[in-house]
Amino acid sequence: MSLPIDTLVELLKGGLLESLYMTIVSTIIAYIIGIPLGIIVFVTDTGGILKNKPVNFIFGVIINMIRSIPFLILLVAMLPVTRAIVGTTIGSSATIVPLVAAAAPFVARMVESSLKEVSPGVIEAAKAMGASPIQIITRVLLPEAKPSLTVGFTIAISTILGYSAMAGFVGGGGLGAIAINYGYYRYKTDIMLITVALLIIIVQIFQTVGMFIANKIDKRTNN
Amino acid sequence: MIKLENVSKEFETRGKKKIDAVNDVSLEINTGEIFGIIGFSGAGKSTLVRCINLLEQPTKGKVFLNDKELTAASAKELRQERRKIGMIFQQFNLLAQKTCIDNITFPLIISGVSKKEAKERAKELLKLVDLEDKAKAYPEQLSGGQKQRVAIARALATKPEVLLCDEATSALDPITTRSILALLKKINEELKVTIVVITHEMRVVEQICDRVAVMSEGVIKEVGTVKDIFLNPKSETARKLILPERDRIPNGKRAGILRLAFDGQSSSEPIISELTLESGAYVNILGANTEDIGGKAYGQMLIELPADNEAVKKIKAFLDKRQIHYEEGGNADVTAD
Repeated sequence: MSLPIDTLVELLKGGLLESLYMTIVSTIIAYIIGIPLGIIVFVTDTGGILKNKPVNFIFGVIINMIRSIPFLILLVAMLPVTRAIVGTTIGSSATIVPLVAAAAPFVARMVESSLKEVSPGVIEAAKAMGASPIQIITRVLLPEAKPSLTVGFTIAISTILGYSAMAGFVGGGGLGAIAINYGYYRYKTDIMLITVALLIIIVQIFQTVGMFIANKIDKRTNN
Repeated sequence: MIKLENVSKEFETRGKKKIDAVNDVSLEINTGEIFGIIGFSGAGKSTLVRCINLLEQPTKGKVFLNDKELTAASAKELRQERRKIGMIFQQFNLLAQKTCIDNITFPLIISGVSKKEAKERAKELLKLVDLEDKAKAYPEQLSGGQKQRVAIARALATKPEVLLCDEATSALDPITTRSILALLKKINEELKVTIVVITHEMRVVEQICDRVAVMSEGVIKEVGTVKDIFLNPKSETARKLILPERDRIPNGKRAGILRLAFDGQSSSEPIISELTLESGAYVNILGANTEDIGGKAYGQMLIELPADNEAVKKIKAFLDKRQIHYEEGGNADVTAD
């Protein structure tokens, strides 16, 4: 090993916690923004319960615009915004701002696609029962889409973890920063491999747990 | 009870071409009856029934429920009125992530009924549809017939005055269809719910409907009692629906037609052979639509009567003796649409 084992463990432990911190906080905030956004895009679409072409168009364009900016560029472009919000552009807390900006539109699309899986017949039945649009959203769309939303969450959190690693290039913290600083700038390939292995393990855990929960809560499967 | 006045529904297709799914339909459905709307696929039946509870907003015309004009109601008023109109569907449309009992309490909860009260009402309804033991089951664990029963219970939860059935039995096998139709009949008789049935199957109309409207290309071709439509179908569509194998019942004068209704007679008895042997008269089978369910015959048969009055008397005597219900008609000249 290129570093004393104790130092290495400390380093990786810190990086791991920072990565998890960035990923989890960003995912939560991205969902707080992305769920309403996804719902708005879904219900205002043609054939939706609150069909509204202009609203649908505007939100659609905003989501697509942010989604088409490569994350690394967004990261740099957002530095002034990050400084204004967090007060600094370095460290894991600062990374959360561009992470949320990149993830929220992505989450919105994931939520939209989960809602699209809800049978239109069930929505029609709720309408026929006299349900209001808000009741359809909270009592039909979201509960019926729960398993699919869970799968989406699993994908989103893994993607955000990947993004957070990229933030290492511009002074963000976490495992990504360790891989870049030690593995790339100092040619310590072993450390880079270990961080990569850790990232793989985390994604595996997210994936396995997420799919397990999604299957468990889905009442369409007999278990 | 329900009145449609010159209702039209126009759809715009992708190429901006306009299609009249429903074209200037006026219809009155009476309180307490089971009213059928029959037609082939694409006739506009489903769109028409959705115009009743305004799931489809008619492009023209007015819709009334008990003299209240639904087409003039605000969104909020309409939601209130919809609680008086239950609806069931071909694909059941149950909430897949909720248990049966939670599906049934759903319309009550969204109308502001307390959870406890809703649960009690749901239990009564589960009893009505014979599924008390399935309260905690999820839709996925039920058969098609059971799902439709839950859907019926759910549709009845808010004590509606009308129940709309959109091809409610089309995804079910003949035996299950019979039992669901029997349940609808029971609901109509015991709970005095007016029922509107949309179907492409004559056997559905024949089993439960009082009156029927025949629909084709967005237009109501004729309205009448089930007996009238069977014995004197005036429109081409009605004739095709009654006797799908035949292009048309022979035009012109004839001695008459008998419609024999089989309602659970043993299917192993050669009724028609016995009829000809006993009466000594020849009969011509114009069409038959019978099913054998568990050794019993259900359905109907149309036979052309001989011109000889004596023979007709003998035929009728035979049918009376065997307790086979029949209706006579068909003397009128048949005209094309």
